[in-house]
Amino acid sequence: MSGSLLYLSGVGKSFDGFRAIDNLSLVVFPGELRAVIGPNGAGKTTMMDIITGKTRPDEGEVFWKESVDLTRADEVETARLGIGRKFQKPSVIESLTVAENLELALKGPRGVAARLFGRRGETEAREIARLLALVRLEEARDAPAGSLSHGQKQWLEIGMLLAQDPELLLVDEPAAGMTDAETMRTAELLREIAGRHAVVVVEHDMEFVRALGCKVTVLHQGRVLAEGSLEHVSANPEVIEVYLGR
Amino acid sequence: MARLVDRRMGVFLAALFVLTVALPVASSAAAGELVPAYLVSLVGKYLCYALLAVALDLGWGFCGILSLGHGAFFALGGYAMGMYLMRQIGPRGVYGDPVLPDFMVFLNWQELPWFWLGFDRFWFAALMVMAVPGLLAFVFGWFAFRSRVSGVYLSIITQAMTYALMLAFFRNEMGFGGNNGLTDFKDILGLDLTAASTRTGLFVASAVALAAGLLVARWITASRLGRVLVAIRDAEERARFLGYRVEHYKLFVFTVSAVMAGVAGALYVPQVGIINPGEFSPANSIEIVIWVALGGRGTLVGAALGAMLVALAKTLLTGWLPELWLFALGGLFVLVTLWLPRGVLGALEDGLAQLRPARTGAREEVRA
Ligand SMILES: Nc1ncnc2c1ncn2[C@@H]1O[C@H](COP(=O)(O)OP(=O)(O)OP(=O)(O)O)[C@@H](O)[C@H]1O
Ligand SMILES: [Mg+2]
Repeated sequence: MSGSLLYLSGVGKSFDGFRAIDNLSLVVFPGELRAVIGPNGAGKTTMMDIITGKTRPDEGEVFWKESVDLTRADEVETARLGIGRKFQKPSVIESLTVAENLELALKGPRGVAARLFGRRGETEAREIARLLALVRLEEARDAPAGSLSHGQKQWLEIGMLLAQDPELLLVDEPAAGMTDAETMRTAELLREIAGRHAVVVVEHDMEFVRALGCKVTVLHQGRVLAEGSLEHVSANPEVIEVYLGR
Repeated sequence: MARLVDRRMGVFLAALFVLTVALPVASSAAAGELVPAYLVSLVGKYLCYALLAVALDLGWGFCGILSLGHGAFFALGGYAMGMYLMRQIGPRGVYGDPVLPDFMVFLNWQELPWFWLGFDRFWFAALMVMAVPGLLAFVFGWFAFRSRVSGVYLSIITQAMTYALMLAFFRNEMGFGGNNGLTDFKDILGLDLTAASTRTGLFVASAVALAAGLLVARWITASRLGRVLVAIRDAEERARFLGYRVEHYKLFVFTVSAVMAGVAGALYVPQVGIINPGEFSPANSIEIVIWVALGGRGTLVGAALGAMLVALAKTLLTGWLPELWLFALGGLFVLVTLWLPRGVLGALEDGLAQLRPARTGAREEVRA
């Protein structure tokens, strides 16, 4: 689709005969903020696996900026194209410090030789300081990431995502394990960064989705059940039946 | 950026320096042979083990590559050196052939196989000491890491690799002396291997190699690349999604580690006077892992310490009760895993930190 950043059309994926993704289509434009909701097992994480090249779809098209075929790219290539991903289960490097985690994620050369001989520069130190402030982890700067609370780990991972400066952020259940205040702060943060980056957020917490105030896509059994504003999709009887009503 | 020589490394290198100077002096005639001369080569052998342990720790401790076949790289380095030493014998063999080593004459071979060519020159042998293990590790790692073989599966295929090499080297037709291996060495660089001065020279060379190995490993792990390695060790998936080609990093570390192991093997062989296929045995490779776990995985210095402590214990115990050694080693391993999860070095440092509560340096080795 013209001007799209990410374009999925007719995508399908089965695991041992089970249709996890079934004729899924989705378009995301540059700078867009999008929430994806749906019951457990709807295929939300699998969709992200397909976009990032972790899982190859059985059929359908996945295009990046209308030209790059993502079904042929692997995780490293999609990361280098500018797709950042936060996992459902927080994934930070526990034995490295918070600052080192951010440093590792910072945009920059990724080759063996460049890493072996490279030094941390002035601009990088400043960027790390900025990110630490943004995700409110200045105090924990030199603490091992493993010592952080669950919510703080989520934020560190979001910080790492921003450090990569990707054009598209795929954020899988960022509010899990957060207090209400932290959840609202996370929604605020994601709203802030949208515009400069496109953001696709998967979340179960409806308060959080409401706070995002963006277009919502409802997935069910690997397919798009409804799409539109939160009010629009919450009024959909099918959505109420499979998801909201329970 | 962490310092290249931190306190732990500094203390170890200083102790190593003292040992390197003191032992040859104490064993010299001038000092009235305070300690027996054979001790020089014995400790020299320990230092080679220590270097081998550092090599393993570089891959396992910092990148999670648990190789159960590192003995193979050590043995290949040893064989490359052994081939040079064989050719140094020249016409002084039992059969007096000017070129062919005794075992080839015995097998009725008419000429030197092509892969023995060049080994009469030291520089060539020294190159092969590093190139052969390095190349094997590179090719092996290329296939293994690209197909994302990791964890237990990787350990198993590395073990299979060393086992296969052992079987191959046992065969006479391979051209490496079959089950007798290579032995009866006379000189190295024209110097008599039985002379005290040569033995001292080899001992000092081993100490220098160990120090260099530690510094190289520390330089790699303390660099920005070191952080990528730790990321791969702790969360491989995360590293990949950050855009790091995990297989390239693993390949780099595995190859450097194999080269280091090869150098250790090359220094080991002239000091023990023999290399045979037994060095490829899977049990040897497993023992290296025990050294590292015992000393303290991911600390480099701990790995070196672990190797030397176990080797010392082995020397003492096999003297008294040889049949008990394997049980003792197994028991030691269990004890350390249960009570000293961070190895002997970790326990030592914790103990020191308790004596001086003001200075706690305990956190550093977890992240190194
Ligand atoms: N690698 C796999 N092998 C087999 N089945 C899989 C695999 N990955 C996902 N599935 C199945 O596909 C379905 C969709 O899973 P997915 O993780 O995408 O759901 P989700 O929408 O993210 O759910 P949740 O809200 O629980 O995270 C599930 O039934 C899951 O068991
Ligand atoms: Mg999920």
